[in-house]
Amino acid sequence: MAKEFVARGADLELKQIRKEFPGFTAIDNLDLHVPAGEFFALLGPSGCGKTTTLRLVAGLESPTKGKIFIGGKDITATKPHERPVNTVFQSYALFPHMTVLENVAFGLRQRKVADPLAKAKDALNLVQLSHLADRKPQQLSGGQQQRVALARALVNRPSLLLLDEPLGALDLKLRREMQTELKAIQMEVGLTFLHVTHDQEEAMDMADTVAVMNLGRIEQMGAPETLYDRPKTVFVSKFLGQSNLLVGDVTSTSANSISIDVAGNKISVPKNRAEKHKGKIAIGFRPEKATFSSKKPTATSAKNVIGPGEVLDIRFTGVSNQYLIEVPQLGNITVFAQNMTHFAPIEVGAKVWISWDVENSFGLSDLPAKNVKA
Amino acid sequence: MAFAAFGSANAPAAGKPTRSGKVVIALLAPGLAYLGAFFLTPLFALIMVSLEVPDPNGGYAEYVPAFEIGNYFYVISEYLPHILRSFGYALAATVLALVISYPLAYFIGVKARPWPLLQKLMLTLVIAPFFISFLLRTLAWKQIFSNESWIVSSLHDIGLLAPTQYVVGTPFMVIFGLTYNFIPFMTLPLYTSLERLDLRYLEAGSDLYASPSKVFRKVTLPLSMPGIISGTLLTFIPIAGDYINASGDFLGSSSTSMIGNVIESNYLQINDYPSASALSVLLMGVILVLVSVYVKKSGTEDLL
Repeated sequence: MAKEFVARGADLELKQIRKEFPGFTAIDNLDLHVPAGEFFALLGPSGCGKTTTLRLVAGLESPTKGKIFIGGKDITATKPHERPVNTVFQSYALFPHMTVLENVAFGLRQRKVADPLAKAKDALNLVQLSHLADRKPQQLSGGQQQRVALARALVNRPSLLLLDEPLGALDLKLRREMQTELKAIQMEVGLTFLHVTHDQEEAMDMADTVAVMNLGRIEQMGAPETLYDRPKTVFVSKFLGQSNLLVGDVTSTSANSISIDVAGNKISVPKNRAEKHKGKIAIGFRPEKATFSSKKPTATSAKNVIGPGEVLDIRFTGVSNQYLIEVPQLGNITVFAQNMTHFAPIEVGAKVWISWDVENSFGLSDLPAKNVKA
Repeated sequence: MAFAAFGSANAPAAGKPTRSGKVVIALLAPGLAYLGAFFLTPLFALIMVSLEVPDPNGGYAEYVPAFEIGNYFYVISEYLPHILRSFGYALAATVLALVISYPLAYFIGVKARPWPLLQKLMLTLVIAPFFISFLLRTLAWKQIFSNESWIVSSLHDIGLLAPTQYVVGTPFMVIFGLTYNFIPFMTLPLYTSLERLDLRYLEAGSDLYASPSKVFRKVTLPLSMPGIISGTLLTFIPIAGDYINASGDFLGSSSTSMIGNVIESNYLQINDYPSASALSVLLMGVILVLVSVYVKKSGTEDLL
């Protein structure tokens, strides 16, 4: 039996984890540290190894190599039922033969905690489902089942709560509601949450720290704002939000910025926002940080300008429009502009120049697979 | 009704009943006619015969209709040991079949999931004995355990059996035969329910601090209950009425006779039709009561 259960969360540390399945390597030399009490999101596309990481922590898989520590204790060799960890499964996995209340009390009964039913009722109160205690899980809606699964895990006060895309099956509105609720609960109970998701908005909205995973490795890790503002790789710049990338050779270097030449355009990036300072590099900018104008603006040391390009498509999304602009030799550039008027300021086919502040550029450490595609 | 346990657990509720009543009746008619002609009529006849008395003016094995309830008291007092033995053997063989089949079905339905070919092969092996007549297989076991067989002489040699003891004709042999012959009827329903078992529930159980044995008792076993119930019913009911295994011609002797053997001898040898019929009705009644209580007790409503 698990010996230690703490009221506060514990930290999680993965050291040099490698997981091989027959025929492929799911995780390759992963190092990860999740501080106690933090809401930590593992973000990545399906098949990137994020769910495998979670299952390794839960003990449902064992690593081929490496060690896992929770609260400083090596738990690599312990069985799932001996780990101070609980999981909210993607499928919820609520026991169909038990009532909602019995589902929530299950973990408490296994650990022989006094008065399991009263504690289970408290947990159901926390997720506002005490009125459904006697129902069977199949009689609940998806959102309700998700909350029962959360209560069933939280009631045990695990050192670490694992969330395996628990909101994936919910519709958008419900998902947003549950995100707010989850975040509030995490703040209230102060446990360490490790949340696995492929939804970048969800990760940025909820997590204190986001780790972007790709092909079994962590590409970049940090606060959501940092990740968004200064992505370091092509993958991160594309997976977390959208990016326009321009590739060229470094032609000039000044005290605090470097410039590349892209089909005759000089594009600059501050030195401290670039990963590489020489050779062929990719410089990116976010679509909402750029503006377009029908007259050519003057390029300065503080402003990058490209163009002219032709507006190919305008997508209306309510608060803003997404403009797709084809710039000869540079490819397609996306620009978001808020709809300040009830009509679009330009039409499809218009000729425009695109400009953005040099300080909003970011220089990446790698190059896109195919050059210059937005 | 108890028989619902065999069927799908959640049959959809009848939809629009009046849509085309005539068509429904037309479609049901052949089935109803068949049931009337070949089930209800013989059942009624059986009950009537069970209440007949010997014809006072007639000869041997001639009976006239009456309402002699006394026939039932007579067969109960005369054949109580056989009745008890039948249900005792049926219970023992059903429990044995369950104990043997569960791990087998679990292996085929759960452990062998990554290898579908192995699953199919093993299922075929479970059914394969049916390709050979049940009588032949039972006789083969009689040969294997016959008094002259090397198994029995070995048992004599190592002293597990006294020199005057043999295997054929003992309750052990009969229960062995019953278990052997009915194991597929237990394994297949168990396999069907274990094959659908969602392993994520087991993971959730171990994630919630339940040891592997606890997960089995609290999650796997309750979730496979529909299979256990249909499996035990499919073995217990036919075993209680079986008369091959216990007969002296096969694995049994006069000291192992079950109700089936008594019915057979009353009907075909002594020609005491009322007693044989009364025993048949009694067997049916007792099974119905036992099964209803069992299905209620095992709480199938929890599985819906």
